[in-house]
Amino acid sequence: MALLQIAEPGESTAPHQHRLAAGIDLGTTNSLVASVRNGVPLVLNDEHGRALLPSVVRYLADGSTVIGHAARAAQALDPRNTIASVKRFMGRGVADVAHVESMPYVFEDAPGMVRLRTAQGAKSPVEVSADILRALRERAEASLGGPLTGAVITVPAYFDDAQRQATKDAARLAGLDVLRLLNEPTAAAIAYGLDNASEGIYAVYDLGGGTFDISILKLSRGVFEVLATSGDAALGGDDFDHRVYCWLIEASRIGPPSLEDMRTLYMEARRAKEALSGADDVHVGLKLSSGDEIDVHLTREAFAAMTKTLVDKTLVPTRKALRDAGLSVEDVKGVVMVGGATRMPQVQRAVGDFFGQVPLTNLDPDKVVAIGAAIQANVLAGNRAAGEDWLLLDVIPLSLGLETMGGLVEKIIPRNSTIPTARAQEFTTYRDGQTAMAIHVLQGERERVTDCRSLARFELRGIPPMVAGAARIRVSFQVDADGLLAVSARELGTGIEARIEVKPSYGLGDDEVARMLRDGFDHVQDDIAARALAEQKVDATRLIDATQTALAADGDLLDGAERAAVDAAVRALAEVVEGDDTAALRAAVEVLGRATDEFAARRMNRGIQRALAGRSIESL
Amino acid sequence: MNPDPTASGLPDAELFSRDHFELFALPRRFVIDDRSLESRYHELQSSVHPDRHASSPEAERRLSMQWSTRINEAYRLLRTPLSRARYLLELDGIDVAAENNTAMPADFLMQQMEWREALDEARDARDAGALDELARMLRHARRDAEELLVRQLDAEHDTVGAAATVRRMMFIARLAEDIAEAHETLDN
Repeated sequence: MALLQIAEPGESTAPHQHRLAAGIDLGTTNSLVASVRNGVPLVLNDEHGRALLPSVVRYLADGSTVIGHAARAAQALDPRNTIASVKRFMGRGVADVAHVESMPYVFEDAPGMVRLRTAQGAKSPVEVSADILRALRERAEASLGGPLTGAVITVPAYFDDAQRQATKDAARLAGLDVLRLLNEPTAAAIAYGLDNASEGIYAVYDLGGGTFDISILKLSRGVFEVLATSGDAALGGDDFDHRVYCWLIEASRIGPPSLEDMRTLYMEARRAKEALSGADDVHVGLKLSSGDEIDVHLTREAFAAMTKTLVDKTLVPTRKALRDAGLSVEDVKGVVMVGGATRMPQVQRAVGDFFGQVPLTNLDPDKVVAIGAAIQANVLAGNRAAGEDWLLLDVIPLSLGLETMGGLVEKIIPRNSTIPTARAQEFTTYRDGQTAMAIHVLQGERERVTDCRSLARFELRGIPPMVAGAARIRVSFQVDADGLLAVSARELGTGIEARIEVKPSYGLGDDEVARMLRDGFDHVQDDIAARALAEQKVDATRLIDATQTALAADGDLLDGAERAAVDAAVRALAEVVEGDDTAALRAAVEVLGRATDEFAARRMNRGIQRALAGRSIESL
Repeated sequence: MNPDPTASGLPDAELFSRDHFELFALPRRFVIDDRSLESRYHELQSSVHPDRHASSPEAERRLSMQWSTRINEAYRLLRTPLSRARYLLELDGIDVAAENNTAMPADFLMQQMEWREALDEARDARDAGALDELARMLRHARRDAEELLVRQLDAEHDTVGAAATVRRMMFIARLAEDIAEAHETLDN
């Protein structure tokens, strides 16, 4: 193996060990991938020099799949098999999706999440999203010249647990190692804040194709602290298109359009909307397949008037976020605009009026999220450069709770809690001799179970029979840095425990992901074993790197025998990483993991002691 | 430092179980320097946060999440005067919530009723201005209570009196939440 290299703690070990990492903005309308190259974050273009990949996937009867520009161009031609704005369906049932009547798709209400019937069978939104992510992964790997170590995927800050879990599942399905799910406004704040060395309170107003987020952040000496976030997971540029679409039909006095004409009209509506960001007036003239003719003018004022309620709707969560942060508009130093929909003049005017200042638009609102994600991915992959010691502290957007008697929700973790976070609460039985307890996990702000989103149900069984109220059941919630929840329940007398990663209601079970992985790989004739081996090699190399960096920094925490054991495990892993034996690789990774468990604990303690002592590393 | 050779991949028990003030190396008292608290918080999170250990082995990532959670919890309780006061009393063995609530003085009970009525009226009249006015009065009442706590907790060590003041502040906090909710209803 190579000689051990010595680097500053937490920094990249050597330039040639730069790990390839990407930031992905998986958008409703368009998606992007970015990466940090030679210290500069860049959006990666496709072979035609285009940054945006339309988030559209077309499934053809011959088994082929078209993604991006070509798929978008086929929307009017083949509306049923061409899926656009799939992000709106992530982690959602049919009942949750707005405007179903004006969508050309055939929905199947599968348990948990809606499915879309296509020429290639029913597709879950997770599979469609995975196809988009796969295209971006391939773009990044071609552009960077090697397999990705990992990726940061952005999600709307207001996404609930089901939507986050669905996004993570899609990334796994696309063969991506998710370093972190990052909130879109926070990603924008990173890109913006690091670029401008800003300090103070900032609001990030993020109106995308299908989602609206508002985040209030405090920037101070390299720390990005989200104070509050709010939003609407079903409000975006698409809704503005829908208003124009309805107006086109009304103004032209035509009947209900065919599927194909519906698509054509939507595309015209979008074109008109985009044109009005630059022009005062736009003409829509076309002939539909029904023979109906459209020949109308739309002015900027009329467009602003017909979408005023949508713009006003964004100000409700904006007020709420400020209230939750305990701040007023005067406290806000700057307002960052993110998302293509913030190009609309009426949106900029309304936000400017609300905050009493001109919003900041100097970074491309389409690219800023991907750029921030790339910067974060680079650091998380272990490429932290000297001076890159900024820290991100984010929150959960919605309260998490449990169902109690009478269909009411008891909040366990309130919204805007900084993550990672954990809380526990004790409950008791309400019937004599009760031996099981149903745990129903919910997310939302309302009091009644029916008004909140159901995340998971599970049962704690084997409670010893006692009189009502005598058992003590402790239910613990843990939210990790991705904003994902795990719940466990424990009867304190006996220690009987039940535990669940919150997935079953809306996310996919592990076996379902495994099945889709198999199907997916059969489909594209990829070699699943080769892919798995390549991924394990990347993981193993990363583990060796991380261990060497740790040894270089804190090797003195180990005595001679301990050090020898770790060195031997590193050497053993370095040897098998060259070969093709998946089982041996996995075993060697496990051995090294075990050999370094205690070392990790000591390192963590040292870090805390140092932080407490408030002294620099050199003076220790 | 002297690592414990028997522990295996678990947070150091002594360090992890310190009280929140010790963990942040701050004196155990009600009056706190907000700047020191925040900078200690940032320093500690800079060391333990999962983002700092994302490419580390499994055990280290798990530890990082446990520590980061622990520090967020400590910061949450120390940051706001009400939760800090409750926590101080808890360290003295006094559970404020479990205490008998009838000890609330009569004049404060009257005051409570007046505020409640004012909230109901403002809500029924959909009067945002009246809600703001009520919120302003509550802020004053909260500030008065905090000043009282400085004396009770830090100077006189009057834990019984402090517990009563904390209960008063808990009522004020609940009412402030109801006002925020009423504002939200007006918005929608």
